[in-house]
Amino acid sequence: MTIQGYVRASGEVGIRNHVLILPVVVCASEVAARIAASVPGSVAVPHQHGCGQIGSDFDQTKRTLVGFATNPNVFGVVVVGLGCEKVAAEQVASDIASFGQTVELVVIQKEGGSTGAIQKGIKIATGLVEKAQKVQAEEVPTSSLVLGLECGGSDATSGLASNPALGAASDLLVAAGGTSILSETPELMGAEHLLARRAVNEKVAEKIFKIVANVERQARRMGVDIRGAQPAPGNIAGGITTIEEKSLGCIYKAGIAQIQGVVDYAQEVCGPGLWIMDTPGHDVESVTGMVAGGAQIVAFTTGRGTPAGCAIAPVIKITGNSRTYHLMEENMDINAGTIIDGQETINEVGQRIFDLMLEVARGRMTKSEKLGHNEFAITRLGLTI
Amino acid sequence: MRAIAITEKDNVATALGDTKGGEVVVVHQCDVNRKIKVRDPIAFGHKFALQRINVGQNIIKYGEVIGKATATIEPGEHVHIHNVESQRGRGDLPTKE
Repeated sequence: MTIQGYVRASGEVGIRNHVLILPVVVCASEVAARIAASVPGSVAVPHQHGCGQIGSDFDQTKRTLVGFATNPNVFGVVVVGLGCEKVAAEQVASDIASFGQTVELVVIQKEGGSTGAIQKGIKIATGLVEKAQKVQAEEVPTSSLVLGLECGGSDATSGLASNPALGAASDLLVAAGGTSILSETPELMGAEHLLARRAVNEKVAEKIFKIVANVERQARRMGVDIRGAQPAPGNIAGGITTIEEKSLGCIYKAGIAQIQGVVDYAQEVCGPGLWIMDTPGHDVESVTGMVAGGAQIVAFTTGRGTPAGCAIAPVIKITGNSRTYHLMEENMDINAGTIIDGQETINEVGQRIFDLMLEVARGRMTKSEKLGHNEFAITRLGLTI
Repeated sequence: MRAIAITEKDNVATALGDTKGGEVVVVHQCDVNRKIKVRDPIAFGHKFALQRINVGQNIIKYGEVIGKATATIEPGEHVHIHNVESQRGRGDLPTKE
């Protein structure tokens, strides 16, 4: 089995060929957005971070920016800095270059302000887009794919239809030698014992228990009941009563494959098979983390319906709720509600998701791509200083 | 109207359509169909009890514990946040570390 991919200097394979305009700090976000708005074929990821951050929180933001920029779906990067930020533009650019990635730098304070920086950025980005268009995709093995698994706006159909079907698709990819990432640690709570049984060794099983216990420890530290946010009001309206119920439905999307390891937020997974990434349940932060960790494609199940996409990776939207499919058809790629309606089996829909994944990996655009959904968000670990 | 219970252990079923209170629904549980009269209006995706569940007893869905009953729940009664409590992520409760 093969897909169409772009083989990068690092040897990694991309399924898209984006030119990324990357602000390293909130103060550069507007300039980055203006550059991308003037250069068709480029995309910016405005964000509110990069200043007033220390310790592991700073490290994580930097790791996410560098990981995102070195995702193989990216052909080249324009790093935009202000000039006095904590996450220094020069350092980020040099970290990105160390992976063999094409990178150029624009620093607002050195370009005499917004206008100069925007003009320089437009010129560089235009040149990168021209170069990117000359690169040909080639036949590469399906095992090159790294799939991010996501669910959001869940309802009762998520655990009954869309997640089990995505699990079947994830198992097909793992069987083909590919990689799959399960994330959203709070949504493993109440189901972690089932995942731990599937761990490749005792150490990985312990790590699974540890990351979930850490979420509960944080809740105790703050003296809060996580029911204030999990399940979310929409989950409850959709019939999900407790976090345990939500989690048990969530983990179906990881199929039945053995779990190879647990990685930190935005950390690269190191080998084929199924992995867990320690991310929040916040959909956009979770997807950003998995893409920064190397996922070139995301499969996202939803019961209530959500439009969220990703700036550099195609996101396939799957709903287990036929009503939602018909209500939000412009956002939904696959209706897994046919399982509830008794028209298709879980495995049949799983095969359909897998087949669509391969088509998307050969260049077919997803609904989120066609609609220009370029969501991006980095999760925080500490206070802004 | 149909409903589904995922494993033999489950003491709740999920409605696969909207139903008014007092209606008899067919519950599919592990290749066996049984009829049960729902007491409350149950919306699509929501749960109802398959048997009497006493206060403090576990609510079982997917064959696993999803919470504890905070009130006695009669067969056919709506099972949701008004009569079930999560046992996890309860930073508001003193728990053993």
